[in-house]
Order: sequence, then C-alpha cells, then structure tokens
Amino acid sequence: MANKTKIENYSMNFGPQHPAAHGVLRLVLELDGEVVERADPHIGLLHRGTEKLIENKTYLQAVPYFDRLDYVSPMCQEHAFALSVEKLMKIHVPKRGQYIRVLFSEITRILNHILNITTFALDVGAMTPFLWFFEEREVLMEFYERVSGSRLHAAYFRPGGVYRDLPDGLLEDIDLFIKRFPKKIDDLDRLLDKNRIFRQRTVDIGKIKLKDALEKGFSGPCLRASGLAWDLRKDQPYEVYDEIDFKIPTGTNGDCYERFLVRIEEMRQSLNIIKQCIDNMPSGDCTSKDPKVTPPKRSEMKRSMESLINHFKLFTEGYHVPVGETYQCVEAPKGEFGVFLVSDGSNKPYRCKIRAPGFPLLQATEFLSKGHMLADLVAIIGSLDIVFGEIDR
Amino acid sequence: MNNTSEKESVIRDKFALIKASLSSFNCSLSLKNNEIEILMLDKNLLKTVLFLKDNPTTNFDVLVDICAVDYPYQEKRFSVIYNFLSTTQNLRIRLKFNVNENQAVDSICSIYSCANWYEREIYDLFGISFNNHPDLRRILTDYDFEGHPLRKDFPLTGFVQVRYDSEQKKIVNEPVKLDQEYRNFDNLSPWEGMNNEISGKEDGK
Repeated sequence: MANKTKIENYSMNFGPQHPAAHGVLRLVLELDGEVVERADPHIGLLHRGTEKLIENKTYLQAVPYFDRLDYVSPMCQEHAFALSVEKLMKIHVPKRGQYIRVLFSEITRILNHILNITTFALDVGAMTPFLWFFEEREVLMEFYERVSGSRLHAAYFRPGGVYRDLPDGLLEDIDLFIKRFPKKIDDLDRLLDKNRIFRQRTVDIGKIKLKDALEKGFSGPCLRASGLAWDLRKDQPYEVYDEIDFKIPTGTNGDCYERFLVRIEEMRQSLNIIKQCIDNMPSGDCTSKDPKVTPPKRSEMKRSMESLINHFKLFTEGYHVPVGETYQCVEAPKGEFGVFLVSDGSNKPYRCKIRAPGFPLLQATEFLSKGHMLADLVAIIGSLDIVFGEIDR
Repeated sequence: MNNTSEKESVIRDKFALIKASLSSFNCSLSLKNNEIEILMLDKNLLKTVLFLKDNPTTNFDVLVDICAVDYPYQEKRFSVIYNFLSTTQNLRIRLKFNVNENQAVDSICSIYSCANWYEREIYDLFGISFNNHPDLRRILTDYDFEGHPLRKDFPLTGFVQVRYDSEQKKIVNEPVKLDQEYRNFDNLSPWEGMNNEISGKEDGK
C-alpha cells in the first residue's frame, strides 16, 4: 500500500512553434504516459480579422484577402467569392473564362496536394518526397505567375471572369507539364505507398466512420476517404465541371493512409481535367462584357473619355451589388470552401462569412486522436491537411 | 440554359415539400436566388433543427456553417444563420434566427457536434451567448481580449495594440496609436443616390 504511487495524467503543450503543427497550432494535450487522453486545440494565433477588413473594402479590393486565407490554394478561394458576387449581380461568365477558371482550379489542387502529401510524409519521417516535389510546385507557381504576375497571391479570379487572358504559349507549356507529371506521381506513390514505415505510421491511425465524418462536418478528401463519393464538382457542378469527365476516388476505412491515397488519385484526376480543358479551350472573351464589373481596355482608355471615367470609377468607387444574401461554395482542395455574402446594395459587402474546410477538420482532432500515441497525433494532423490561414482567418 | 431551368424546377419541388413538412412549426420559408431560407418566428430552434436532421423528407445530415450578422438598427440586433446540407438529397438550406443583444441562443452542439467551434466563434466575435454549450470560450481572438470585433460598432483599428517591451521583458497591451489617421475614402458618387423628389416642393404648392 505504501509503495504504490498514483500516476497522474500530465498535460503538455504542443506548439505553437512546432514543425509538425503545420503553422501556429497550439495543442494542449493531456497524456497518460504516451497515450493522448484529451487534445484541446487553441487556435487564433494567426487571426487577422479578414472578415472585418472585407466589410471595409470594396468588392474588388476584397479579392486579394482570399489569397491570403489558405495560402497554398489561393485561386480556389477567390473562386468562391467571385461566384457569390456574380450570383448577386446576375453576371454570366463567358465559356473561355469558365474553362480558364477550371484549368487553374485544378492546377491549384495539384499545388495543394503536393504540399500536403509531402509535408505529411515529412512528419512521419520521409524527407525525399518533400525535396523532390517542391521543385514541381515551383513549376506550377510559374504558371500562376505567367497569368497573374505573382506566384502565390494571384488575385486572378475576379467577379466577372478572370483578370487577363492566357499569355501565348502557356497552354503548350501546361500540356508539356501534364505529360511529364504522371511519372512523378508514380514515383511519389512508389516512395510512400509500398513503404513499410509509412504504412505502419498511417494505416488504421485516425480512423473515422462515415456517419461520424458527416456529423463532424467533414468535406473534401477527408470525407471521401471515409467512403462517400461527395464532391461538389460532381454533385453541385459549377462553371463547366458538368461538361468534363472525371472520377471521384473514395476510400473505405477513413484512416490517415486512405486520406493520402485519395489525394494521390485526385492529382491524377486533376491532370485528366486539365488535359480536357486544354483540348476544349474555346476562343472568345474571358471576362463578362458588363462594363459594371469589367474595366475597359487600355487602348480604349487612351482614346475615349468615357472609358477613362469608367475605369476610374471602377477602381475607386467600385460597383454596387444588389441587396441580397447568397451562399456559394466550391470544392477547394481541402474540402468545401464557401462564402456567405450579405449585400446591402452599397459598394462594400455588408457581411462576408468565410466557411473554411479546415475549421471542422481541426475541431475533430480530439475525436481522431483519443487513445492514440503522441506520435500518431502528428500523423493525424498531417493527414487532415490543415493550414492556419483559413482556420484563423 | 435548359439545365439551369431544370435545376430551378427541382429546387421548387423540394421547396414545396419542405414547406409542407414544416407546416406544424412556426416559421416562414422563402426561395430566393434558388436558395431556400427558413426564418424562425418563435424560439423552438432545437426542435426545428432536430426535425430537419431526422425527418426523412429533409434529412439535413451536415451542418456546414453557422454565421451571425449584426444589424444594429433592427429591433432584434443579430441574425444567427445556420447553413445545412443534405448529402442524400443534394440540397442546401439556411435557417435564420433573430436574437436580441442580451438574449441567449440554444446551443445545437447536442445535435451536431461540429457546432461547438462555430458557436464559440460567434460568441467570440459577436458576443452572442449560447445556452447549454459545453465549453463557451473565446476562440479566435487573444486570451484576454475585450470586446466583440465583428460588431458593427467595433472600430476597424480596434482599441489596443500589442508590442514586446524590451525593458519589462514582456508583451504589453496599450491603447492604439496610429501615426497616421485611418483614411476611409468615401468614393460614393454624390449623384447616384439622388431621388427625383425636389425638397420643399410640397410647400411651394
């Protein structure tokens, strides 16, 4: 009796500066030995008040804020905002604009999945994919740069269409890339899929059943890994996704390993979509003809006073969006990214709520990691694809 | 074009179906821009949400988002908006619930567990409190933050600024001091909002 000592659970801080926390996540853990009993994520260390800032900016000035949410998949987020403004203003984007948007949404998806898979592998001990694939990301970001002028914060999808038409030769270069890239994906697959260490670290770790996943608000690859083929691109198609043929990969187990497999297959499908976009790219305008949202051409501005005034008013006052509310969402690489926009008829959004896919995913950390070892928690966070820009907003 | 009209008719059918099944609840439904919105007229929020989740004709199995909007000049200041999705019916719905400043909303954490953080976020940014919430703490703002930043009467610059004081060797909060006044350009056209009535016309009669 006397020499029996009671061992209490102890709590530990994980982060906020921890390489496996994927940013600034502070987890307060309660551990029983090395087994996680409770995990309480403290978020908000990257809170910048994006929603408040957007309320004080015109609709066009709000676009760049969306790049800075999930900074590894910028264009998909601009897309949701552009769709919601277009819905309220009843603007129609020409076919070419829609194809360009789909093309770049899929490039963004590959960009995001590369980052997630490789950093996830890094978290569980594989360094090579990270080093190999950041080179490929650079190539993709170069495509970004060629259309928008910047590698990351593109501000390319704007209400009414896209900022500019594709430069000459870009489609040919993207075509070369998608011919070369499947081999790289195979390399990645071979490096990890058959890797004994990788499998031991991920199979049956962080399992979630479909029922729980829905209840926890999962979306995107994490939901599909649990077995439901739910993809907004197929189920609630926007732009030209209903004209494109692609498959939705699903898993059965819903563990970390299957979330990884789903992402690998999604990259292959994205290449397939990009191929179809290049083959079917129509000619014509890439922005709406409506002068209310689309600025006049430079050449016109040099000659016509009205065009000059139009341009000046568009970039100072901006456009007025009719009174109304709408929720528009896109299948961002991480899941359903939505924008709930309330307009009061003025040139600034009255309220712009951003629904980030990572928010409910991170919330489920405790559910997923309970009873697992501390090292598995790292694998779980890696497999959820968490980026703090969008969670903290 | 044919495709969109088909979609509209599908939504209209589902709207009628949901309207019929919700007839026993005190709420009003509307269909705007092809989006279904329910406005709650009484306080039976939990019952309605539970019905939406479990009833087979509605079956909204995913809570996508909860969001609040501040209308300072309305009698009931805040609108709390619940955004549901049904993966089986492929349908979205919004549930709107208006509350006063000093009125609490029933938490729906027991029905959808992911409501937890969404409600914490609303509590943090708007100051709306929730009944029976398991863990109502601030979530996005700093640990000892005061005020509710997304309220319309909260200034964009906030009230305090944070810096590291090298003498005290700690982080200090102090009142906001801007080197330059925040410039909020009013670019609205002076002539756009004009109405055709000429003031004083009635007197001149």
